[in-house]
Amino acid sequence: MILSKLYTRSTRRGSKFFRLSLPINGRPSCRNIHFTYYPDTRTVRTGEVKEMNMFQAINNALHLFLEKDKTSVFFGEDVEFGGVFRCSIGLKDRFGQSRVFNTPLCEQGIVGFGIGLANVGITAIAEIQFADYIFPAFDQLVNEAAKCRYRSGGQFDCGKLTVRAPCGAVGHGALYHSQSPEAYFAHTPGLRVVVPRGPVQAKGLLLSCIEEQDPCIFFEPKILYRTAIDTVSLDYYKLPLEKAEIVREGDAITLIGWGTQIHVLLETADLVQNELGASCEVIDLCSILPWDAETVCNSVKKTGRVIVSHEAPLSQGFGSEIAATIQEECFLSLEAPIGRVTGWDTPFPHVHEPFYLPDKWRCFESIKNTLEY
Amino acid sequence: MISNIVSKFIFRRTIVLYRCKIRMESNFCYTNELSFINKMYSPVIPTYRVLNNEYIQKSPTVQEIEMDTNLLVKMYTTMISLNIIDTMLYECQRQGRISFYMTNFGEEAVQIGSAAALLSDDIVYAQYRESGILLWRGLNFSDLINQCYGNCKDKNKGRQMPVHYGSKEYKFVTLSSPLTTQLPQAVGAAYGLKQMQKNLCIVCYFGEGAASEGDAHAALNFAATLICPVIFICRNNQYAISTPIQQQYGGDGIAARGPAYGINTIRVDGNDIIAMYNATKFAREYTIQEKKPVLIEAMTYRIGHHSTSDNSTMYRSNQEINSHKNKIPIVLFKKYLEQFNLWDMNKEENFINFNKKTVLEAITIAEKHKIPSWEDLFTDVYYKMPNHISHPVVEETGWLV
Repeated sequence: MILSKLYTRSTRRGSKFFRLSLPINGRPSCRNIHFTYYPDTRTVRTGEVKEMNMFQAINNALHLFLEKDKTSVFFGEDVEFGGVFRCSIGLKDRFGQSRVFNTPLCEQGIVGFGIGLANVGITAIAEIQFADYIFPAFDQLVNEAAKCRYRSGGQFDCGKLTVRAPCGAVGHGALYHSQSPEAYFAHTPGLRVVVPRGPVQAKGLLLSCIEEQDPCIFFEPKILYRTAIDTVSLDYYKLPLEKAEIVREGDAITLIGWGTQIHVLLETADLVQNELGASCEVIDLCSILPWDAETVCNSVKKTGRVIVSHEAPLSQGFGSEIAATIQEECFLSLEAPIGRVTGWDTPFPHVHEPFYLPDKWRCFESIKNTLEY
Repeated sequence: MISNIVSKFIFRRTIVLYRCKIRMESNFCYTNELSFINKMYSPVIPTYRVLNNEYIQKSPTVQEIEMDTNLLVKMYTTMISLNIIDTMLYECQRQGRISFYMTNFGEEAVQIGSAAALLSDDIVYAQYRESGILLWRGLNFSDLINQCYGNCKDKNKGRQMPVHYGSKEYKFVTLSSPLTTQLPQAVGAAYGLKQMQKNLCIVCYFGEGAASEGDAHAALNFAATLICPVIFICRNNQYAISTPIQQQYGGDGIAARGPAYGINTIRVDGNDIIAMYNATKFAREYTIQEKKPVLIEAMTYRIGHHSTSDNSTMYRSNQEINSHKNKIPIVLFKKYLEQFNLWDMNKEENFINFNKKTVLEAITIAEKHKIPSWEDLFTDVYYKMPNHISHPVVEETGWLV
């Protein structure tokens, strides 16, 4: 009887999977990728180059840094065997277990441990398995890491700490494998928050974060780990923090985003160009805190219209900070209200992900309204 | 009779378990008996002590405890100094001269006994009731007072509340108010020392209340699995503000947790400075040699209020406090020193008078110092001041200057 029950169950489940893999309403699969990756065309590459996806570029950066700084350590949950996203592959074999090691499963411990290492002058690169699980370490990051230098009058600091965490939508991550928690940390003086949009930026910005003398949180959009493939320099290079990048120049409207959303915005910019004949200026913020208000405001002063877009929910999302600053700095240049196209004010859903994300259609709609205002 | 049977039973059980373990050479063994594991398996951890409170005449001689008389006297005078500064700064707060204070009454031995057993380069991560360590290491009264006043001589640049001391020079990591956050940090720092191949250890202090925080679990587990040279010293003073230990934990204190994490543990009479010294020295030797963590639980009693913002008679009786006063570390240690003619009333009077004068002078000077420059509100947030901080500063300067 049990056997027959199991049998029916498995066939039922099997048939469900089968149905899902067939096109439903023209969609080939429920695990859609909501963007097209736009390779980087602006960063200068020197020396030998190689085609890499984002996890390989991060891995390359870690190899280069651990080689450069002989006392530095890399640790987190499951990093020894290469990490659940393969970012730390080969590190343990090359640098030994005393420098690349697994920790117990405890996020507050991981960050606290990293602060201690940094206190005594060791470069500590910590990995939180998913940005969704960074909250147990919120106290250590916000009350401790961020305030260490300030509260001791500069006697002690933990500037040598970098926390890496995969973030953002991945197609089917639901509530706890999809979050973009940058805004929580953007409210914390003393921290640096950085998000790359592809392999070239991931490597350059990560190396900058590691070398920067402030505690940094490096959020890596996990959907880009394998989908974002680019030509990356094998050299040790850094990209500037606190600096936004104008990814595409335009004059009709400024589109601001970071991480995966940059690719959504680039695709929308193409759509706007084709459908409406307007050229969009796309800005990758790169650093969320401290952020480059100057580049953003200069662009808005030029275009007079602006859309901010991020995956995280609207209310108190980092878009609010950008919008408020723009209206303060560019009041006389604004020709339309500042638009915000973001995730809804709900937890991140599972099957409704395609309706939740601020995809190119929602961005297009908002741009169209702003241009017609 | 019954207890005899019970103890025999436990003994036999333990032997069986022990044999199983040996035979199987692994971390687990099997049993056919369906029963819970409970307190019977872990007898109460005894408290190590040297100076005997009830039978003071039986105290060991100085030779027996293998200690230098100068060291003993310095330990005592530091305890007294801590008492003096506590009394005077407490009064300062009552008069509204400083905003806040926390005294160390009753816990002088835990701090100074352990500090005396450490090397001055061992790094200390503390909670807030460990000012005695700084005094032992040579920090001036005026440094402590300046911090409480937040004047321009304060190393923290007047940014933190009083008692949040820190000194790079004396290897005392600046305190912060969030409880227990220093524990996993201490473990990381200890791993760092091991990584740099230094023959030093980290010493980390915390209260029994703080041990309930998640960070304590993180720290003990990390220290054990990542094998870090750190000595955890728990000041079990029976209270976390108003919460007595009965409401803090259900097991045999903090010490009983150590073995569960695989950490060598010792429980010490925290009112006995010699016991505290010996235990810390013993722990330090082990930690340095094996590069492994140690847990010390020091049993003591918080004689004073939790802080100047607390009236402890709201939740405990005067009678209870008084019953502990004859067991306080200073009294206990003074009796011991007097017994061997290392200290007397005359010396005590002179020492107290001289130090009271010094503290008073330091307070007078501290009050005259100005607060740090307004610019110090903005510096040190980051290594370099970012635009969004400096921009408003530049704008406001016209108004501020």
